[in-house]
Amino acid sequence: MIKVEDITKVYKGGVTALKSVSLTVATNEVFGLLGPNGAGKTTLMKILTTQIAPTSGAAFIDNFNVVKNAGKIRGMIGYVPQDVSVQRDLNGYENLLFYAKLYGVPKKEVKKRIVSALNLMELRGRAKDLVKYYSGGMMRRLELAESLVSHPKVLFLDEPTIGLDPHARKKVWEKILKLRTDHKITIFINTHYMNEAEEYCDRIAIINSGKLVITGTPENLRKQVGSDATMDDVFIHFTGEKFEELDGGSFREAVKTRHRMRR
Amino acid sequence: MLKYLLNYISKVSVIVEMEARKLYHDQTEILTRAIQPALWLIIFGEVFTRNRVIPTGNISYLDYITPGILAQSILFIAIFYGIMIVWERDFGLISKLVVSPTPRSAIVLGKALSSSIKCIAQTIVVLIIAFLLKVHIILNPLYLLGALIIIVLSATCFSALSIFIATVMKTRERFMGIGQIITMPLFFASNALYPISMMPDWIKLISTINPVTYVVNALRSLLITGDLTLIALDFTVLVLSTILFVVLASIGFRTILE
Repeated sequence: MIKVEDITKVYKGGVTALKSVSLTVATNEVFGLLGPNGAGKTTLMKILTTQIAPTSGAAFIDNFNVVKNAGKIRGMIGYVPQDVSVQRDLNGYENLLFYAKLYGVPKKEVKKRIVSALNLMELRGRAKDLVKYYSGGMMRRLELAESLVSHPKVLFLDEPTIGLDPHARKKVWEKILKLRTDHKITIFINTHYMNEAEEYCDRIAIINSGKLVITGTPENLRKQVGSDATMDDVFIHFTGEKFEELDGGSFREAVKTRHRMRR
Repeated sequence: MLKYLLNYISKVSVIVEMEARKLYHDQTEILTRAIQPALWLIIFGEVFTRNRVIPTGNISYLDYITPGILAQSILFIAIFYGIMIVWERDFGLISKLVVSPTPRSAIVLGKALSSSIKCIAQTIVVLIIAFLLKVHIILNPLYLLGALIIIVLSATCFSALSIFIATVMKTRERFMGIGQIITMPLFFASNALYPISMMPDWIKLISTINPVTYVVNALRSLLITGDLTLIALDFTVLVLSTILFVVLASIGFRTILE
């Protein structure tokens, strides 16, 4: 279970990325954090994955504090950042081998786990090809496979379908849901695609300008707004702003997003 | 403690192994990087050997600068290694490494040590060119082994310095600027191309605190002169510098994602 208690993050230079955010995620749940670019989604995920520390507040995964027990947490989570994180000059198999060894997977199990992850992500046929020749969707599936070889309890996916075409996005989501069923893991997803959050997540939380606005099942949130409300209506209702008009994110984020669009 | 140490070594070696695999898949960099040292030896070395303007004792100028050019090759490969860290940070590779159960210092040491693979490959190319130019290299296996240790140490030392700079600069543009500012004084304020005795006092001072001087000294002793009088000093300075830069880079690495 993930528990976030009153987390605030102020970056050097005074930018407040998160303001008193609290939430819980149940075991084996697919939880989506929904918000525009620059809303604070990635910052929260960075805190939960022990990359940065919060300015105040605390977060726990299975009762381990993400700051005080960072070493323990790192051994039990998987993480796929929004940026391309595969090693282009290695082949698919070697990419998985790297993480299997880094996570200390027992030698006898390494090959079995890699083959299993490659099969699950339908990449076995391309395992010996260098990753620089993969398509964007294949790279994303390889990243998911990388995060699986260590058998994590919780998987953090930051914008898993950004920059992918609709077919590739659908396939990635199929794989994510299969992970939950087959591996019984908790999945925490950041996304700014409202339709995906609605369709695939058990519960979602809406975050805007660093503040958590509302949490609930997609159905409940829609009900609170009106019987035929869309997720766009839900967002406007709870934030008072139109999702697509929000112009969040830094220069660096904008450049990276456009770069990812070329996947 | 032993378990931790073995685990630490295993993480470092995994990072090194993957860098070696990358080089195996694409070896063009080794060849393209060989052009610069080849030009230094063939053009600069040949011209100054013929004119005898730099006093190098009882060895030819070409013999004298071969270890200097070798040190330069190592320095240039290693010092720009940090740009790879900036690049990997801009993509998601560093964040994924940081999230794995790998100590920050093991990531730094693994990355720094990886640069020695390219440096060893480069050394082989430089030595082949040197042989063709009839440079008198000592072929004693123990001396060659000693030179190999110095090459691995110096590659680790300079790339750790480079990673430290990357953790402070954080962008490619800033890194390139500072990288060039540092590389030139490190190379020219050393005994790579000319003896320290030729330098004005203030440059002499810089050269005595410059790790490149000790790398060149050690390589010159092991590959050309065979005089090992100062090898212990060279080795000690290099080990201490490497430890210092690995520690600094590991501290810097903690905030690389901020």
